[in-house]
Amino acid sequence: MAMLEVEDLNVRFYTEDGVVKATNDLSYRVEAGERFGVVGESGAGKSVTSLAVMGLVDEPGVIESGEIRFKGEDLLELDDEEMRRLRGNEIAMIFQDAETALNPAYTVGEQISEAIRHHLAPGEAAAEERSIEMLESVGIPDPATRYSNYPHEFSGGMQQRAVIAMALSCDPDLIIADEPTTALDVTIEAQILTLLEEIAEEFDTAIQLITHDLGVVAEFCDRMMVMYAGHPVEMAPVEDVYYDPQHPYTVGLMSSIPRIGDDRDRLDTIPGRMPDLIEMPPGCNFHPRCPYAEEVCTRREPPLVDTDTGQPADVADHDSQVAACLAHTGELTGRLDYEVTVRDDTHSRPVGSTGDGSPSE
Amino acid sequence: MATERNDAGPERGRIRVEGYDAATDDREFDTAWEPTLQSEEGKGRLYYAWRRFKRNRLALAGAATIGFMTLCAIFAQPIRVPEQVPVLAGQLVQPVALAPADPANQEVLLGHQPPTTEHLFDWPPSMLHLFGTDWAGRDILSRMMYGARWSLSIGFIAVVVALFIGVPLGAIAGYYGGYVDEVIMRVVDLLYAFPFIVLAIAVIAILGRGYWELVFALIVVGWLAYARILRGEILSVKENEYVTAAKALGATDRSVIVRHILPNAMAPVIVQATLSVGTVVLAAAALGFIGLGLSPASAEWGVMLRVEQDSMARGRWWAGFFPGLAIFVFVLAINLVGDGVRDAFDPQGEGGERFR
Amino acid sequence: MSLRRYVLKRLLITIPLLLGVTLATFAMVHFIPGDPIDFITLFTELDPETKQEIRARYGLDDPIYIQYLDWLADAARGDFGTSITTRQPVTKEIAERLPFTLMMGSMAFVIAIVTAIPAGIAAAYHRNTKVDQVSRVAALLGIAIPNFWLGLILILVFASWLDVFPVLPPTGEGLLSSEMIVYTLLPALAIGTGSTALLMRLMRSSMVEELDKDYVTMARAKGLPERTVVGKHVLRNSLISVVTVAAIQVAFIISGSVVVEIVFSYPGLGRLLVNRVRNHDFPVIQALVLIIGVAVIFANLLADVLYAYLDPRIRY
Repeated sequence: MAMLEVEDLNVRFYTEDGVVKATNDLSYRVEAGERFGVVGESGAGKSVTSLAVMGLVDEPGVIESGEIRFKGEDLLELDDEEMRRLRGNEIAMIFQDAETALNPAYTVGEQISEAIRHHLAPGEAAAEERSIEMLESVGIPDPATRYSNYPHEFSGGMQQRAVIAMALSCDPDLIIADEPTTALDVTIEAQILTLLEEIAEEFDTAIQLITHDLGVVAEFCDRMMVMYAGHPVEMAPVEDVYYDPQHPYTVGLMSSIPRIGDDRDRLDTIPGRMPDLIEMPPGCNFHPRCPYAEEVCTRREPPLVDTDTGQPADVADHDSQVAACLAHTGELTGRLDYEVTVRDDTHSRPVGSTGDGSPSE
Repeated sequence: MATERNDAGPERGRIRVEGYDAATDDREFDTAWEPTLQSEEGKGRLYYAWRRFKRNRLALAGAATIGFMTLCAIFAQPIRVPEQVPVLAGQLVQPVALAPADPANQEVLLGHQPPTTEHLFDWPPSMLHLFGTDWAGRDILSRMMYGARWSLSIGFIAVVVALFIGVPLGAIAGYYGGYVDEVIMRVVDLLYAFPFIVLAIAVIAILGRGYWELVFALIVVGWLAYARILRGEILSVKENEYVTAAKALGATDRSVIVRHILPNAMAPVIVQATLSVGTVVLAAAALGFIGLGLSPASAEWGVMLRVEQDSMARGRWWAGFFPGLAIFVFVLAINLVGDGVRDAFDPQGEGGERFR
Repeated sequence: MSLRRYVLKRLLITIPLLLGVTLATFAMVHFIPGDPIDFITLFTELDPETKQEIRARYGLDDPIYIQYLDWLADAARGDFGTSITTRQPVTKEIAERLPFTLMMGSMAFVIAIVTAIPAGIAAAYHRNTKVDQVSRVAALLGIAIPNFWLGLILILVFASWLDVFPVLPPTGEGLLSSEMIVYTLLPALAIGTGSTALLMRLMRSSMVEELDKDYVTMARAKGLPERTVVGKHVLRNSLISVVTVAAIQVAFIISGSVVVEIVFSYPGLGRLLVNRVRNHDFPVIQALVLIIGVAVIFANLLADVLYAYLDPRIRY
């Protein structure tokens, strides 16, 4: 049993313009101590997924169906009080923008110790002591003084550290980090990722890292899931996805990353943009943008299958690579003809051309 | 491979995908699918604002009410060119008379019921006099329709003139900053220390009572808001790159302000001006009510309330109820329109969706 | 910067504004067309010598800045001269009526705060529900209703039809007599309604804005109970913008009392001001305008200090 299992999750937002299908039959799992990456463009349903796990989907959003099991217990069955006991205590969240995630009117220390007081119920002084320890463990110098500072007296990187300290304060088993470094500049980003990595190891905490940055996932995660329009389109250990992407969307994402020393004339990009989650293209949602699309893609919604066997995969206990593309069920006439090469500074060596559409590679 | 994960960074080299782009270019299959929710790009801000305004039923109802009251005011009684105007003096420019009775006529005496001393005057509403008659036996509905001319004209004139003072001053203060800004804004701060009505009363205390004196007093009070709002807007708009670009291209100050800054800074001023029409009518009525506005002979709504103050206390409710209701409905309608204009310019104001 | 230093700095900025208000009030008389002594002599025909004597007595021969400084020095001591209408010291006339207006104004203010804040919170928390709809309609009506008309209707309903309130203020009763306090309720309600509506709506929108912020989700993600999330995190930040507008309500309430005191024949400053404007009693008008201006400036000062207290970012 995995620590977190999400099964067939459907979140809908009822808005004036129509029903937004934020996630569609979304299933994935996160193992204890694992670092799981969720990748996708903005609007792919990544943040909604994390809010759903936290039980924080708010009006006009509704979780219509599915299960979210944490240590075997379905979170959607819990009442508010039970859910609150988990939140911040066993499952914690790190936000994208630390500046807005911190309440400007209270000191940083107060905002850390209120969670400690609430969940662990030590005395006032013990809570403060633990908060200061937390500030120290996330690398904030002079934590005793910083404890009584207000958020605006912290720099951006420090604010994110404080938010991480807050998430860690009750020693959670799972941290959901929603784009924790997007608002930071590159050097701070590296520091924060290192910090998260150290923490994950030290406290043996599982981390679900949500990001649109494939580079961050490559550095940080064990396994990853690529989302498109509320669906998972590919899920696999990070290496497999990088060296052997099996969904055209993943391939598109990878080919659009600019790299230092690149000798290409222009960046490859995925044409078009992600559909409105209100009105989705029929069949495969990606087909209007997919360079390999065929007529069948407009009719058949591709199932998530094992890319080796072409058989439907149950993501709950499946470790090999799965992708949702008709190429793997043998329904496409053409092939996904692209090639992944790994080059170092001196020469380039192909590591195997992939994705020719034959399931038995 | 998986075992290399943590130290694989440099060894991994640069991953490059080839062939994807070519496939994109050579794509043969043409999908028929098109989203029906097309976004309309390239239309101006005013276009969107107007479209949103049209969808706001409350605001439309407000606008219709204002239109109706304005028509009532214009067509209440025929309008003749004033005697002072040469040649055209006395000519009829508007011949319609919608008011059921002459507002000045104490015609209840001619009513159906034989007049008795008890209800000579102050008739309750009846078919003959929908809103009843006042202390002097005049038809209240007719007086209200005629009185709308005073209230509405004061409202619109005072706001328009105040705009013509507040907008240039605010624009100059915001654009040039420095010494000019200091002087203008200190004057604004100073006048803001006096509550709206108190400042208007002070001006009337100096000038005396009368139509133009009242309008003037309301202008003195009214321009402050526009100047302050516009200055604030301009301070933020002028930091935009297109303003710098226009200046770099050698545009004159005037054209930078008029063509590049004002269109982007005016929305809050327009909202404020719309709402101000209500405030000004209300203030004019309040001044009329306390006896510092128009003369008792006029049928301005506040003045009508003033002369009927005592009747209300004695239970003859209609005499004061209807004129007050007219002020209430007008201000309500203006506020609905103002809110509609604000929402039209700033759709994210409230109720926006919150998911990424 | 500590809060104390912020307050001191803010006080320093207030000084020129206060001087400006005194200058404007003083200058008021000099804007009047005609000879200022006409208002002292009530337009009686006088021979030049008498006029000259009056001029000298009132210091009207001195250079204008001397006149200003004299007036300012007197005003600072609480001496605003003699009323032209009643020949009584202005200060005495004002002192007699000030407590009444203060009581009515405070009552209106308390009514506004006590109803607006909880109602606004409820509307925001239950936004887009029936509760919110009702509060929106109530606010629209409350903002648009003319306070003097509302006053008349209150009199009509409670004094004339139901006969539970007197039509006229109790005479010969002290300020804090139960009759006077009861009589003050209706005018306070008439004045406070507009402020209530405005503050309620502001509280609602300010709170809605705060409720959408990340720190609220963060507080919930910490597992805090809803009452802590709203009562501690959201409330304090929502109040920040409400406090400023609440202070502006002081000006709004003064405006309201000027008009509503006429409706209720209330023995306060507003009615005094209106009566003396009709009689061109400029010493009284000047004193009242000055007092009101200074009161508003201090209300704004108080608002800024409260603002800084609530929002730690302002102090820096």
